[in-house]
Amino acid sequence: MSELPPFILFFVAALLVVATRGIVRSTILLATPVIGALHLWLNIEPGITISHSILSFELIVMRTDKLSLLFGYLFCLACFIATIYAWHVKDTTQQLAGLIYAGSALGAVFAGDLITLFIFWELLALSSVFLVWARGTERAFNAGLRYLIFQVTSGVFLLAGALIHYHNTGSLAFDHIGLEGLAAWLIFIAFGIKCAFPFLHSWLTDAYPEATVTGTVFLSAFTTKVAVYALARGFAGEEILVYIGVTMACFPIFYAVIENDLRKVLAYSLINQVGFMVTGIGIGTALALNGAVAHAFSDVIFKGLLFMSMGAVLYRVGNINGSDLGGLYKSMPKTTALCIVGALSISAFPLFSGFISKSMVMTAMIEADFGYLWLLMLFASAGVFHHAGIKIPYFAFFAHDSGIRTQEAPTNMLIAMTIAAALCIFLGTQPQYLYALLPWEMNYWPYDATHVLAQLQLLFFSALAFVWLNQRGMYPPELHSTNLDVEWIYRRLVPMWIHRCVMLIRAINEYASTMVMVPIQGIRHAFSQTFVARYHLSESWPTGSMVFWVAIILAAYLLMDIFG
Amino acid sequence: MSEQDQKEHFFDKPENVNRLLKGFYAICILLVVADFVIHRHISLSWEEIPAFYALYGFIACVVLVVIAKEMRKVIMRKEDYYDE
Repeated sequence: MSELPPFILFFVAALLVVATRGIVRSTILLATPVIGALHLWLNIEPGITISHSILSFELIVMRTDKLSLLFGYLFCLACFIATIYAWHVKDTTQQLAGLIYAGSALGAVFAGDLITLFIFWELLALSSVFLVWARGTERAFNAGLRYLIFQVTSGVFLLAGALIHYHNTGSLAFDHIGLEGLAAWLIFIAFGIKCAFPFLHSWLTDAYPEATVTGTVFLSAFTTKVAVYALARGFAGEEILVYIGVTMACFPIFYAVIENDLRKVLAYSLINQVGFMVTGIGIGTALALNGAVAHAFSDVIFKGLLFMSMGAVLYRVGNINGSDLGGLYKSMPKTTALCIVGALSISAFPLFSGFISKSMVMTAMIEADFGYLWLLMLFASAGVFHHAGIKIPYFAFFAHDSGIRTQEAPTNMLIAMTIAAALCIFLGTQPQYLYALLPWEMNYWPYDATHVLAQLQLLFFSALAFVWLNQRGMYPPELHSTNLDVEWIYRRLVPMWIHRCVMLIRAINEYASTMVMVPIQGIRHAFSQTFVARYHLSESWPTGSMVFWVAIILAAYLLMDIFG
Repeated sequence: MSEQDQKEHFFDKPENVNRLLKGFYAICILLVVADFVIHRHISLSWEEIPAFYALYGFIACVVLVVIAKEMRKVIMRKEDYYDE
């Protein structure tokens, strides 16, 4: 009992949720992550391995070390905050989906072999899609379908890679894999899809803004972070990840600046933050890897906080387009303040959580001699502040007064956001507690005069650029629009080509039939002109007459046989 | 809108906005001045440029916005583009 894999707790709780209702059900939902966290904290030590033999395979359902435990704590915490935020939701589908989703994330990070990982990998996909579908709109349904196709494809790659890996090495253990051979690349792509690598990212920006108010908070916490964990476990130190990570950190910020749907802005900014983690994993030094997982830890909390604040706006106003909002600080002052804490954290202001984790990756980049890429990451850091730090709170709560007057967010949402905001400040001011949990040995402290001054200059002058552009009227206004991204390829280009191919085939068919039918009709016509056509037999007959003539012929044969 | 909703809020008064902006500019100036006062540990050659981070932050954001605005010309479509 003391070494129970935590996912079992979540799945049993899911069964209890089905059997109960009302306050009992809500209590079970809230108690599960608390019990899960206490169980991990008190009973589970690093170095435990629990395996079960199924068929001839040895499945390792739980393997603990400091890396998997850190993610375990994080997922329990995220599930706890999201459950408080979703306290008012009475929809069984969403409650179940959230719980199974969180349990699957825990199952995945404690999985010791690739098959167990695959099972939870697919469970993550299958459970989370209901958080998108629960929105109930046609858009959400279609976005959910596309999301599911991407996620299941990722699982197929993982399974194929795992089986080839097993064939080659005779082992299914999920340890460092390294990028060599087909199996490794298949697994790498599987992780890459879930991690939202460039060109494989569109499921995220497509589905997350379409999910329910509370669903997006769950979604933002688990899927990409499981992928970050898997990359840190399997592909630490692969240099290609540095280039992928830098691209991920840079390109979404352009989209974020011109995107109107503020939850989609946050989805782009999620990719940007994951970019910092992927870069850290690619560098592969102890400081960089610690930075990557520490940033995953702070990101789940501050990105959750931002999604919660935008969710509260969507919940109260029914709209989350920057172009239609503004002036909401008047009716939602508490949500405004909490959102600003999230904005300061994601922007990595000193004393907030982003600062103490992102700076590790940035310092590790300099130490590993990635000077020019470091400049790009500095650009991305300034860009984060611009689109997530300023744009989100500014267009929702300030800017021009939209005239919308609404209520403050519900109490349960405010409690969840307050917990997240408090954690942002706690991690930012007391980083030693998070640092103590980090898996690799390092000697690092983020607060020194040089570093703090540099970061403050960067951020304040980014803000100055915003003020300057805004006052000169150069800042792009929020517009009702759709911005084309990679998804255009499969939502427009491919359907367009399929449509064209169908039209082409139809045209060929028509052309061919006229080419064949016209001569046939010509021959028929010519035949009808000849004298033969006047004979009764050359006319077209009804079936009845044919049967009649066949009967006559058969009767003739019979008579010839009898009398011949 | 009821009477209560008509009440003046903090940023409805232009002088409050101006006060906030003045404070903000003052901090920006102080940060640049601090650059010359505080002894910095430098590990990259770019950091030798005075107020490097301030300049970089400002330029980066202007470049970001200008490029993003240009991107709109190419990639922006109607809101219901995919629904048609």
